[in-house]
Amino acid sequence: MEAAMGLMRRIHPKHAETALSALLSLLPDHSSDLLSQIDQPLQVLCDSESGKEFLLCEYNRDGDSYRSPWSNKYHPFLDDGLYPSLELRKLEIEANDVFAIYRDQYYEGGISSVYMSEGDDGGFVACFSIKKDGSRTGHGRRGYLEEGAWDAIHVIEVGPEEEGTAHYCLTSTVMLLLTTNTKSSGSGTFRLSGSIRRQMNMDLSLEEGHLCNMGRMIEEMESKLRYSLDQVYFGKTKEMVCTLRPPSEVVQLRMPDI
Amino acid sequence: MADEESQELSDKQKKEIAKWFLVNSPAGEIQYVAKDVRSILMDEDVYNMAVSEAFPLYNKAHLIFLEMPNRSGEVIVTSFGELSVNEYLDPRTAQVATVDHIKQACTVVRPATDEELPSVYIEDFRCALDAEVIKYVGETYPKGVCSVYCVNGKDVEGPGSNFELAVVISAARNSPQNFCNGTWRSIWNVGFKDDPQMIEVTGKIQVGAHYFEEGNVQLDAEHECMDSTIFQHPEDCAIAIANIIRHHETEYMASLEVSYSKLPDTTFKDLRRKLPVTRTLFPWHNTLQISLTRDITKELGIGK
Repeated sequence: MEAAMGLMRRIHPKHAETALSALLSLLPDHSSDLLSQIDQPLQVLCDSESGKEFLLCEYNRDGDSYRSPWSNKYHPFLDDGLYPSLELRKLEIEANDVFAIYRDQYYEGGISSVYMSEGDDGGFVACFSIKKDGSRTGHGRRGYLEEGAWDAIHVIEVGPEEEGTAHYCLTSTVMLLLTTNTKSSGSGTFRLSGSIRRQMNMDLSLEEGHLCNMGRMIEEMESKLRYSLDQVYFGKTKEMVCTLRPPSEVVQLRMPDI
Repeated sequence: MADEESQELSDKQKKEIAKWFLVNSPAGEIQYVAKDVRSILMDEDVYNMAVSEAFPLYNKAHLIFLEMPNRSGEVIVTSFGELSVNEYLDPRTAQVATVDHIKQACTVVRPATDEELPSVYIEDFRCALDAEVIKYVGETYPKGVCSVYCVNGKDVEGPGSNFELAVVISAARNSPQNFCNGTWRSIWNVGFKDDPQMIEVTGKIQVGAHYFEEGNVQLDAEHECMDSTIFQHPEDCAIAIANIIRHHETEYMASLEVSYSKLPDTTFKDLRRKLPVTRTLFPWHNTLQISLTRDITKELGIGK
């Protein structure tokens, strides 16, 4: 299992799906560990009742069926699927509505789904997921990207209420792929891809409610992840390129040409 | 869905999967991948088969370079210099290096035979170009190596025929302690055409970088270009070709920097904005208000 995680840390993120199925076939006994520890880009299904799209993940899966947050029905149809309690479903409906607005404001498009389920200790688990296709053929407003995929999965384990506060443990993963292909301008394909995962723990007062607490944590986390990817991770790859071929040469070499 | 997959794979399937992981290893990391693959397979025979097939492919694709034992520099593992599975020509020193693909080391060298080397006429062009490219690579890449091969028409004895050289430039930087590895690889095919007296240059540049401290982020960039110059004396050809390479690679490096500089504010914005369209943090405490406003806007048919 350690070796499998080691491989996933090295394999090119664009091959992540192939790598996971390869590992599943080599290590069938570890399939549930592999599926729970290795995040994959989110798949989309269309809710046949509401006509709206929803995202598939471990948190709305029962067997081979997935529950839509819109109609609360399993696709494909399932007789005895698992459902959240009435109270939790109410929170789930609200969370989906609000999160869709949040998604719209930050992502200017994309699909989001929120799933809630009962926790072990009287608390609950919420999974907030977002998928955005930012390519120029998808939801890319500005049209800079040949390929642009952003998949975010935020899982929050919420502990039971104690004296007006609750413990929140957020685990977030972002997977992304962006390609600018500027064949026309003659600079070839430029592709950055990757995934990072981070955790955040907080004890918060329930004064403003669960949704408000979870939402703020996710917003803070997403901004942090975006910043690290942009500044740290992409920055490191740029640093590497500049180590391989120090760009100061550009200035020196340009001079005689002019 | 896991149930269906629990049936045993054949050794051949296992080997193919292992090979896939190995061949797709990031720059400078195949040894680490091999270690993980070995402990997942738990089958030495399958592992040995997979590595013996995968390493040569990986080494050639990544243009790895290996120190030759007699201090005569580095030999590049490339299909242009491949004489047999583990023998690679180093044209500069006219030596043939025996390579251990899996250890990624050069074990012995021997002088190349006359048949393995180009004619004197070709060698003039090759040698002159090699000298110019060495100068350029020395100035440009702190850890770069280069070599010039004759890939077509090596037995041409004098003017009147076409021939083709290939310039290979490979630079690598591995710092696993900093969780970062990268390579710059370029291949320039140089076709000398007798009629008309032209030299056609086509280049392919591949740049890769991997940063994996608490994450896995990779850059892969690729660029192809073409240029041409006139067929002249070996020295003049060499200078002209080296200038073409220098020019295109410098331009390309500049375009990579532009791509990077555009990331934060333009390119990345199409995935996720830094701040919402409203330019203030999302009002989680006041979501009821937003959904009401949204409903009303929708009903009235105003807004977007």
